Amino acid sequence: MEEVKTVREPLFHMVKRGNITLLKRLGIYAGAIVAGILLTSILCVVASSDKSNPLEMFSSMFSGVFGTERRFWTFLRDTALLLGISLALLPAFKMKFWNLGANGQVLMGCLVTIACMRNLGGKIPDAGIIAIMTVASVLAGAAWAVIPAIFKAFFKTNETLFTLMMNYVAQGLVVYMITVWAPSGSGSLSPEVYGRLPNIGNGYLLTIIVSAILTVFMFFYLSRSKHGYELSVVGESENTARYVGINVKKVVIRTLILSGAMCGLMGLLIGGSINYTVSSEIVNNMGFTGIMASWLAKFNPLVLIGTCGLITFISKGMGQVRQDFGFYNDAIGNVVLGIIYFFIIGCEFFITYKLIFRKKNKTDFTAIENSTQKGKGGNE
Amino acid sequence: MKKLITLLLTAVMSVACCFGLAACGNDGGKESVGEVELPAVTSENVNQFDDVEIASDFKIGLITLHGESSTYDKNFIDAFKKACTALGLSSSQYIIVTDIPEGEACQTTAADLVDQGCKAIFADSFGHESYLLAVAKAHPEVQFFHATGTTAHTEGLANFHNAFASIYQGRYLAGVAAGLKLKEMSEKGLIKDSNKDKDGNVKVGYIGAWTYAEVISGFTSWYLGVRSEYPNVVMEVQFTGSWYDETAEKTAAETLIRRGAALISQHADSMGAPTACENAGIPNVSYNGSTIKACPDTFIISSKIDWTYYFKWIIASVGGNAEAVPTDFAGTINDGCMVALTAINGDVMAEGTVEKLVEVRGKLLDGSLKVFDCSKFTVDGRTVASYMADVDTDDDFTPDTNVIKTEGGTTYFAESEFRSAPYFDIQIDGVTYLNAVYGTDDDGKPIFITFDEE
Repeated sequence: MEEVKTVREPLFHMVKRGNITLLKRLGIYAGAIVAGILLTSILCVVASSDKSNPLEMFSSMFSGVFGTERRFWTFLRDTALLLGISLALLPAFKMKFWNLGANGQVLMGCLVTIACMRNLGGKIPDAGIIAIMTVASVLAGAAWAVIPAIFKAFFKTNETLFTLMMNYVAQGLVVYMITVWAPSGSGSLSPEVYGRLPNIGNGYLLTIIVSAILTVFMFFYLSRSKHGYELSVVGESENTARYVGINVKKVVIRTLILSGAMCGLMGLLIGGSINYTVSSEIVNNMGFTGIMASWLAKFNPLVLIGTCGLITFISKGMGQVRQDFGFYNDAIGNVVLGIIYFFIIGCEFFITYKLIFRKKNKTDFTAIENSTQKGKGGNE
Repeated sequence: MKKLITLLLTAVMSVACCFGLAACGNDGGKESVGEVELPAVTSENVNQFDDVEIASDFKIGLITLHGESSTYDKNFIDAFKKACTALGLSSSQYIIVTDIPEGEACQTTAADLVDQGCKAIFADSFGHESYLLAVAKAHPEVQFFHATGTTAHTEGLANFHNAFASIYQGRYLAGVAAGLKLKEMSEKGLIKDSNKDKDGNVKVGYIGAWTYAEVISGFTSWYLGVRSEYPNVVMEVQFTGSWYDETAEKTAAETLIRRGAALISQHADSMGAPTACENAGIPNVSYNGSTIKACPDTFIISSKIDWTYYFKWIIASVGGNAEAVPTDFAGTINDGCMVALTAINGDVMAEGTVEKLVEVRGKLLDGSLKVFDCSKFTVDGRTVASYMADVDTDDDFTPDTNVIKTEGGTTYFAESEFRSAPYFDIQIDGVTYLNAVYGTDDDGKPIFITFDEE
């Protein structure tokens, strides 16, 4: 008698994709975002007292970003700021140096900028102040990044913790300086009048132009320059780098000086061109958001423009949703942002893997067997 | 098996909870009374603006530093919503934008509110002022309002306003409740010799942030309130040099308690002092909001600012035909109760507190009682006849205005009448500073001055 063999085939199985077309990849992203917003829109409608149509969340988000000329410019400028900070992270990340200290590096740039504006304002011409504060902020950002780099290069300290802790040192310094500059105890500095960076066209363009230049620079630096090549080799394997004669310590320190200097430059823009003041929260955690942006962009400066735009769109749009839906604290807004980000990051799975579902009709076992054998064969 | 254990544990825990709650409720064998609300004021101007017709295209925006999770901002958001509802605004006629930091974001938000068609815009945080002012200059057709600010009366803009409240009246009332409590404690024999100074006066304690007029005005009015009910009282004040420093405030409260304070109040924003009082079982008068949840056994009452009236006025004047809001406005207890009291803790208050507060409040309302009545306090044993205060701010703090007024036979220190921000900075007899913090040194550290013991 013939034995009946039963095979329980799973509902689906995962197959690693080889290459994926850009179009397909964008499609998956778009699908993830729409799914994320759809899911959270239901949450928002449930939480809101006067909105009942989940689709209103879409219109709110779009009006919050594109509704008026001012909103659109703000969107572009904020994207540019995030882009600038994310770009600064790229070379370090490509080298597998996990720089979590962008927040602090930007903040130091901003603090030094304000220090120059305060102390030199009215004493020397604005052009002089601007020259000094530009140099000083770039140096301050670079210094804040190079300290952990030196320790990493010479003493093998953990750069993740070190750079992270430097953020808090920078924040503490800012809080301290504010008590020195504003002894009344109000805890806030009024905007500086002297040494403001010039407006190009409108108040938004300067930041956008600086970030655009940085993007082009970073693209060529990473893909076309010797430095870029060296740091990617160090990132792949330090031993290989050493073997081919790359001075690893030098590359680590040099790259972090660049990373920190760019952060310092963004701090200059935040202090000297946008806010004219400093507070411990002024960087708005863009140093951390930038990490997500650069990971999503797979460390490609051009794709980064898109991911930064996307993240800024979602957070700006959510601000408008909160206004329109009557959420008067950041709790629900943060939950929604978290869920949408989760969808975006989660969809990476579908970019890396393909799901193959169980066919509804009778399974052709021989085909599966063949394919598994083929797979095995490939490994041999 | 696992299920059974879970079930058992749940059962045990719920039973324990029930007993726990029952124990709390019956503390000391006395039924818990909970919060007692003061009867509402029947002053005519409370609802003064409610009948004003508001243009249907009127829109108002509110910008707050944090969201509803912050008690400071929640106070504004709640009052704002209450005012909008009372004046019949539809939900599309008001916009609340929360979590706006004190920077360029405030400017962008205010400008965006103008774009959205707001005719009036209010911002609630000190550091918002300069950014709001910038938008006000660019948009003279829109009215801007700012709480706690100082520049409106010197900027001279027709569309930029500052506001605050004569909170010293609320403090005085809170002091009355504390005085009654002291009286009750002394009758029950709860005041020990260690609570008294060498002249036999009972000590109370106060934790202040800085030795500035705002704080001095606050504790002096509170102390005068206490003394109006319990004359044999002296007050010791400890300053922390910070508006929010939980540890320093707690330590200061513990110091005052160790020195014999029978009752404590504070002007600083953290839970430090109330917690220290709850731990030591010392009655506490709070500020800015009730702390009854954290301190059910010691919290008595708290004074606070209710912004509803001011918001109504803004809406009625910008959106309707009510008279314009002054450039610099200090709301008093008469102005639709901008100076308000929280509910009283029925378990801690002395008997008769509600009736007494209603009576004293009535006198403040009709003006027959002045908090800083010169016959009620002395300085170095002498009555104050005139006092030059620094009302118009300048760098050298030059005294420029005599603020002692006589009205209806009462000579009093006219606090907040010449300017909304407080300027009462006299140290009166009966008040001892354990230290003082007038400012910071070159390194930004508060300069503490300590005084010799007598």
